[in-house]
Amino acid sequence: MTTSTPQTMYEKLWQTHLVEDAKGETPLLYVDRHLIHEVTSPQAFANLRFLNRPVRHPERTIATMDHNISTRSIKIDAAGEGAANQLRALEKNCKEFGIELFGMGHKNQGIAHVMGPELGLTLPGTIIVCGDSHTATHGAFGALAFGIGTSEVEHVFATQTLRQNKAKTMKIEVRGHVGAGISAKDIILAIIGKTGSAGATGYVVEYCGEAIEALSMEERMTVCNMSIEFGAKAGLVAPDQTTFDYVEGRQYAPKGEVFEQAVADWKNLRSDADAVFDAVLTLDAKDIKAQVTWGTNPGQVVSVDSIVPSPEDFSDPVEKESCKQALKYMDLTAGTKMTDIQVNKVFIGSCTNSRIEDLRAAAGIVERYAGQKVVDSVDAIIVPGSYRVKEQAEAEGLDKIFTNAGFEWRLPGCSMCLGMNDDVLGPGDRCASTSNRNFEGRQGRGSRTHLVSPEMAAAAAITGHFVDLNS
Amino acid sequence: MEKFNTHSGLVVPLDIANVDTDQIIPKQFLQKTERIGFGVHLFHERRYLDHEGTQVNPDFVMNKPEYKGASILLARENFGCGSSREHAPWAIEEYGFKVVIAPSFADIFYGNCINIGILPVKLTEEEVEQLFKLSAEEVLTLNVDLPNNTVTCGDLSFKFSLSEFQQYSLENGVDSVGWTLNKLDKIKAFEAKMPTWQ
Repeated sequence: MTTSTPQTMYEKLWQTHLVEDAKGETPLLYVDRHLIHEVTSPQAFANLRFLNRPVRHPERTIATMDHNISTRSIKIDAAGEGAANQLRALEKNCKEFGIELFGMGHKNQGIAHVMGPELGLTLPGTIIVCGDSHTATHGAFGALAFGIGTSEVEHVFATQTLRQNKAKTMKIEVRGHVGAGISAKDIILAIIGKTGSAGATGYVVEYCGEAIEALSMEERMTVCNMSIEFGAKAGLVAPDQTTFDYVEGRQYAPKGEVFEQAVADWKNLRSDADAVFDAVLTLDAKDIKAQVTWGTNPGQVVSVDSIVPSPEDFSDPVEKESCKQALKYMDLTAGTKMTDIQVNKVFIGSCTNSRIEDLRAAAGIVERYAGQKVVDSVDAIIVPGSYRVKEQAEAEGLDKIFTNAGFEWRLPGCSMCLGMNDDVLGPGDRCASTSNRNFEGRQGRGSRTHLVSPEMAAAAAITGHFVDLNS
Repeated sequence: MEKFNTHSGLVVPLDIANVDTDQIIPKQFLQKTERIGFGVHLFHERRYLDHEGTQVNPDFVMNKPEYKGASILLARENFGCGSSREHAPWAIEEYGFKVVIAPSFADIFYGNCINIGILPVKLTEEEVEQLFKLSAEEVLTLNVDLPNNTVTCGDLSFKFSLSEFQQYSLENGVDSVGWTLNKLDKIKAFEAKMPTWQ
């Protein structure tokens, strides 16, 4: 009898999807699920058409409109000519190649990474790709999920496979339990603050430990979503009963005996106890406080009860220079209390934080400030991640809590996270945003983004500044 | 895809770390359904003083007259991080760059470059620092030799590496989709063994 080498979850996912590992070639992996949207697919379809190649498994691809749609109207023309052109191209391409599309106003329409999980398109033990770097979100289910470029979108269309070099593995263990009021967003921002914005380049990260196991599926998605923000190829959480309970009964999920068989297989996915990782990082959950970014990459983050750092705080010359540049762009002075930073815009949404639990959390804070409204100096918008989220929130009356307090309640889409539609910030605007990137110009030329949790964003809308909700 | 063998060209030193793909090609230029028209918007926010892109920023390194016609981009760590948009390497290619040199690249960007025929060269921090120092003294011309995996400049010679298939693909301009389509029997055999739920 042979004893098998202990494997990490990533290695198991790799092995079960390896179509071929030919000498001299990059390994070929099978892709179970392909999500597409209007921005990164048109050139891939054009090449297929030019070379007269079909989509090999159209039923394994699902399309949604999310990136550049209006959040004020379901009309395809509402977000301008360029957007409408891409949206119409997606309609035409999906029709021609036989791909199911959730177009404007469809009950299943939503941000790809919100829609996929809620419909049961996201399953443990699968490989999921999308022409979008936040595809790592689906890793919350124990799926190997990552963003790809348009050439790769074309490769998946034509072959249902992808060539990938094997990544290194990193285990990030969050021990113990987080304190009251600390969200999944705070956990992932704290991790990125520790690793720096490129700390996991070349790695697939597995998040584990009590604090991760205690998270709901939506919270795990928030954590995995931002794996790319410290360079990771993908983020993973081992599937458990929380996962199986979430998946069961969803529209596209397996049913009956097939589901039972699937669960039996999924239970074998978790990393073997003695599996060896290339790198290990351990955090104590109790040390994690509410986080706010101060700079222009997600690694430039501190606790809300802290101060804006100074270039002198960094020994690495590149980090020192980055801090200097970031303070200049962000118009911040070292030493300023984070709670003294005034914002004039608030955005609650994006594939990181636009699910029902995020909206409930934000609404909970609004209710805590009973009777108070969004301060006059702030414009605050709430953009649910999908039509299903929107419907659920409205059924619970969350929309009324928000609109009564002076927030705008919008239609689903990627919206101000990247500002491809008209939800853009102006020069000098300072935004508390529940999105994932605080890059220069990301939300609009000259605009300043502070990444925060939905709770922090809601509090900032009402008070006009960041708040240490636990003090 | 065009074959890549050797390349000799002028170097633009872009002395900024963590250059993300939003900076390389901002979102407002992603609304095309064609693969052309991105080069003019490369580094838009840095290259132009106004949002519309009518006033060239004379202080931005790429706009300096001595770097006109440059075809090698010298960059700092974590180049190409963030969004997976292939529009970023499309813009870099269309502007006229054939090679990007950096101490580290974001994974998706690195793969996207290879898939469209741009050579991403990973050198050590020290080697990149040396090239930045030389660039500060004079406009550099580098010789990049893919078959021999070298970057040379006068007496200086640096080695770099790619995975075997990436090297082969670039050198031969491999149609990666066509290559894989020749393996359909393997893919079908794999599919035949997949569990029902998958």
